[in-house]
Amino acid sequence: MKAGIFALQGAFIEHEHAMQALGADCVEIRRRAQFTDGLDCIILPGGESTVQGKLLREEGLLEPVRAAIMGGLPVFGTCAGLILLARELSNDENVYLGTMDVCVRRNAYGRQLGSFRCDADIKGIGSFPAVFIRAPYIEQAGAGVDVLAAVNGKIVAARQGNMLATAFHPELTGDLRVHALFCGMARGRA
Amino acid sequence: MAREDRWELNKNLAQMLKGGVIMDVTTPEQAQIAEQAGACAVMALERIPADIRAAGGVSRMSDPKMIKGIQNAVSIPVMAKCRIGHIAEAQILQAIEIDYIDESEVLSPADDVYHIDKRQFDVPFVCGARDLGEALRRIAEGASMIRTKGEPGTGDVVQAVRHMRLMMSEIRKVVAMREDELYEEAKQLAVPYELVRYVHENGKLPVVNFAAGGVATPADAALMMQLGAEGVFVGSGIFKSGNPAKRARAIVQAVTNYDNPAILAELSEDLGEAMVGINEQEIKLLMAERGK
Repeated sequence: MKAGIFALQGAFIEHEHAMQALGADCVEIRRRAQFTDGLDCIILPGGESTVQGKLLREEGLLEPVRAAIMGGLPVFGTCAGLILLARELSNDENVYLGTMDVCVRRNAYGRQLGSFRCDADIKGIGSFPAVFIRAPYIEQAGAGVDVLAAVNGKIVAARQGNMLATAFHPELTGDLRVHALFCGMARGRA
Repeated sequence: MAREDRWELNKNLAQMLKGGVIMDVTTPEQAQIAEQAGACAVMALERIPADIRAAGGVSRMSDPKMIKGIQNAVSIPVMAKCRIGHIAEAQILQAIEIDYIDESEVLSPADDVYHIDKRQFDVPFVCGARDLGEALRRIAEGASMIRTKGEPGTGDVVQAVRHMRLMMSEIRKVVAMREDELYEEAKQLAVPYELVRYVHENGKLPVVNFAAGGVATPADAALMMQLGAEGVFVGSGIFKSGNPAKRARAIVQAVTNYDNPAILAELSEDLGEAMVGINEQEIKLLMAERGK
């Protein structure tokens, strides 16, 4: 399986390590020319969504990535990646890929002092160590969105068809179960 | 929350900044220019290092009101500097919920012996280091991110290069050691054995390592990334140049595409006047010598 890891900014190496541990080949995507047809799935990593969104736009990647996701390419977004996927942001005018029917609040837990770690109960996985870093959460999810986890009443993991997104960072924990779930989605399509 | 958990979360925030550019700003307007240009965080300070150097005298933590103005102007993380060893300045910055404190040699040191015990704080700290020993001492004190010291406010990248090269070569040396040599290495570096062991096993620092000091061009930023930096601080280089917005954008792109010379060539075109540099031989005050 060939996974395209967006490497514009942020914690992309951590995702590569997780996917490699599950047997995937990873390619880093920084330029339009690196986003090719041969990918089985893509990952949008954590980092600063403003930076990643701007670089995606300037590189002319937004449209082709949006089209590929709408065409069924499996995608996994964590934190900033969730923000890039969201149809709407409740506290920011920007919309980036806008493919996932969720409304997301950026920096929903405040500044770094609000960052935390807790156990989240993820549907189909069970208790999972969830790391939230200046994290967003999902305020509203559309009818076609399967809510996978909520913490303190806020949605923090969801799936909509070929799109998987978490407000927290499974790539920081060494626990591969969420990545394994995503690999299952990617293999199911192949 | 347990201290170790808080330190992990603080290290994790630095991981999210990787591959990014952290820019010095002095006003909310500059902070917005930096955010729009793609900065992954801003450093709020009253005077950028080049002006601190020019003004001389004692340089202190910035006015909290000024920092709050910048916090309100942008959505990206906001950092601020306190003096080396100045526990109270750090407490004040924590009270206004700063995202990262830079215990910085750019300001006048408040304590010429002790650094802050950073493990007593919930907010994260970044500290400067010229070599592996300094980096691991700061990490032992609780720093969750390291940067080179460079020589701030000069526009001369030579010291940042020297620090990064030295740190990377010392890391390679520790990796190549026999296990029974690590105890003596810990003694020589004056750092805890466990940290030397981590470097031996992982071939890197236990925290994220950025370049800082004297970065003025996209090529400077790419150079530091090629030498092993995981991201770049740009201080005086942006807002002391002719076209800050354009230069900031170019440096952000250069960090992402640091190994692609064709793109770096495009990014380096037509950026206007770079900041006026000062060669290291011409400066009287070596800030990198502060705090060891």
